[in-house]
Amino acid sequence: MRYALLVQGGPYSRQAAHSALRFGEAAIARGHRLETVFFYHDGVYNAARLAAPPQDEPHLVDRFRALHDNHGTQLKVCIAAGLRRGLLDEREAARHGKQGHSLEAPFELTGLGQLIDAGLSHDRLITFSP
Amino acid sequence: MHDDSMKGEVLVILRHAPHGSSWLREGLDAALVAAAFGRRVTLLFVGEGVTALVAGQAAGALGQKGTQPTLEMLAMYDIDTLLVDCQALDERGLGTADLLLPVTTLAPPELAATLAAHPLVLNF
Repeated sequence: MRYALLVQGGPYSRQAAHSALRFGEAAIARGHRLETVFFYHDGVYNAARLAAPPQDEPHLVDRFRALHDNHGTQLKVCIAAGLRRGLLDEREAARHGKQGHSLEAPFELTGLGQLIDAGLSHDRLITFSP
Repeated sequence: MHDDSMKGEVLVILRHAPHGSSWLREGLDAALVAAAFGRRVTLLFVGEGVTALVAGQAAGALGQKGTQPTLEMLAMYDIDTLLVDCQALDERGLGTADLLLPVTTLAPPELAATLAAHPLVLNF
């Protein structure tokens, strides 16, 4: 089956992102395809480039990145929710006159229309909310 | 069940009150975008979400944008199927006369059928 996940919980503070990762990895292990993860609401913080968790905790950003690198999963971040919360790629950082950027590939800023498309074009969209 | 509730492609469930979090605003944003992309959108207000429809949701001391202007724009986006969990209204001492927009009230068994009738359900 072709899956999309919607992640709406921030990393570490809520269970949602951990559960989404575990679900995604398990689905892939069962032979399904995890084509898209869409980050919205506080879920956008899962794309923070500078996340530096302690070494004895799962590195959520790296785990999401690995889904992309190993399985081609697209990691899409709502641009409106991201900008409000300080998640900007290089282009948006320049556009808004910011010195650094906080989001980079394979995470990509995209519109909410992509969430609607993902929901209607995949076999399943599973939501992980706090 | 009300016929209109069967027609939508995207069901957006709103479970949160206007202030205290951005759930309602970001949920409404998703509904507007879906409609702007030509999808038929149904809104379903449940639990605390029913308070979003009470008139006068202006910007206040919290500094959040009010949601009433967004709700008033729904018709422009052809979002005219607004469903409300009637039990949630009753529990809060509200009736349809207290609400800003015309709605269709649903009893609990109809809620399940509404979910089943929509290919995409987004829960905020």
